[in-house]
Amino acid sequence: MIKVNNLEHRYCNSQGGYKQALKGVNLQIKQGEFVAVIGHNGSGKSTLAKHFNALLLPFSGAVIVNELDTREAELLWKVRQQVGMVFQNPDNQLIATIVEDDVAFGPENLGVEPVKIRQLVDDALESVGMRDYLQKAPHLLSGGQKQRVAIAGIIAMRPKVLVLDEPTAMLDPAGRKEVMDTVIKLNREEGLTVVHITHFMEEAILADRVIVMEEGAIVMDGSPREIFGQIKKIKDLRLDVPPMMELRDSLCREGVNLPKDILTVDEMVVALCP
Amino acid sequence: MLRDITIGQYIPGTSLVHKLDPRTKIISLVLYMIGLFLANNFRGYLLVTFFTVGIILLSQISFLTIIKGMRPLMIIIILTLGMHLFLTKGDPLWQWGIFKISEQGLRQGIFMVLRLIYLVTITSLLTLTTTPIALTDGIEKVLKLLFIPIAHELAMMMTIALRFIPTLIEETDKIMKAQMARGADFESGGLLSRAKSLIPLLVPLFLSSFRRADDLAMAMEARCYRGGENRTRMKQLVMGSRDYFAFILVGFFVVTTIYTRYW
Repeated sequence: MIKVNNLEHRYCNSQGGYKQALKGVNLQIKQGEFVAVIGHNGSGKSTLAKHFNALLLPFSGAVIVNELDTREAELLWKVRQQVGMVFQNPDNQLIATIVEDDVAFGPENLGVEPVKIRQLVDDALESVGMRDYLQKAPHLLSGGQKQRVAIAGIIAMRPKVLVLDEPTAMLDPAGRKEVMDTVIKLNREEGLTVVHITHFMEEAILADRVIVMEEGAIVMDGSPREIFGQIKKIKDLRLDVPPMMELRDSLCREGVNLPKDILTVDEMVVALCP
Repeated sequence: MLRDITIGQYIPGTSLVHKLDPRTKIISLVLYMIGLFLANNFRGYLLVTFFTVGIILLSQISFLTIIKGMRPLMIIIILTLGMHLFLTKGDPLWQWGIFKISEQGLRQGIFMVLRLIYLVTITSLLTLTTTPIALTDGIEKVLKLLFIPIAHELAMMMTIALRFIPTLIEETDKIMKAQMARGADFESGGLLSRAKSLIPLLVPLFLSSFRRADDLAMAMEARCYRGGENRTRMKQLVMGSRDYFAFILVGFFVVTTIYTRYW
């Protein structure tokens, strides 16, 4: 679905110098995959995400989305239709004064016929569970609801890939759960490819595949169990370890014999009291 | 306290005026203004008065709401009346020292004040009976009709402004409280010191607005926004028989005011 070949990106600064944000990233994301990207601030994960829908263009290397090269100007709108992006601040990405108008914004830009837009909007709001809020004003919704409307606005454009750039960073725990449930549902039930950038390890363990970034390069890539099994390496990268992994580690050091791949509370309970 | 501000002042309703197409309302407003400025004698103003009262009754908006909206304009109305009363030369009706009121001045003053009042009444009636979104849609369509090239951009700017007013008000409230918690004083002092005390409020507000604008532009681009070209709308405006009826009514109004002016 998405192929990244030896991608480099530089941000120029005002003194004429530059900062190398991405240093030769190679990556392949398959259709229907749920990929979580973690890494601390400045590791280049947002920069990478913005290359997926051509908001940023490669300095060298290439990003190929569904056989479309993002560097080609004529393909720009096709690429952006296929790769939808949800950002961190829910307030700053809703455009219209009514929920349904906002969701209609994407399809309207694509020039879809009015009758079809209605259908797309209703379907999109249905799939994020916001159908009852059709006529509400965005500023009266909670953070989680706003973010779900933002996701609906992307879904209405019928993309192949959904890129989420820290969508839960500004939400409370309840809002975070709402958004994650929606994203998982879209991935499992509608087969949407999801790239989820996050700071929260408990969100990363929900993914099929976790990519760890550091200093503009991919340093780890694998299933959540493989990645978080290497507690020492994760800690060296100054990242958090999911709480159950941490607990298993301390218990093991105290001499309790536990299997290596415990991620959730349920698994821990089963391992302790079989 | 800032939350009480309601922009647009739309009052929901199901009256005939509410149901009109926004384009009809905007064009009718312009026609009404032409009629209003053509009226120059007693008969003309009588006609305008009847017509205006008729529309207010049709819209089911209470007169009290409209009079309340007039309050901020009181100074201008009184000033206009005074200027015309005392400064128009003509046959004196009443004199006290250097102040004299002429018959022509009285006439002119009253007509001018009526003109102002009707102008404000009818424009506020437009915003009172039309949702802001319908209004921007209407403005876009009317401007397009006049072949004004930036019609879409103007409408988009208005939509975004309407969307962000509550967000920015909330933010202002938050910054104000944060500054007050650190000892800022927005309420006491003279005009100058009060204006100065607004600086710690305005600087963060501006900064965050720019950041928001940047984010929003990025989000809009990510959703394939590329200006007005090749864009469709989900909600289409449709003119019905009541719109044609409104046009006939306003047309009749303009013709009769022309009649009262010249014959």
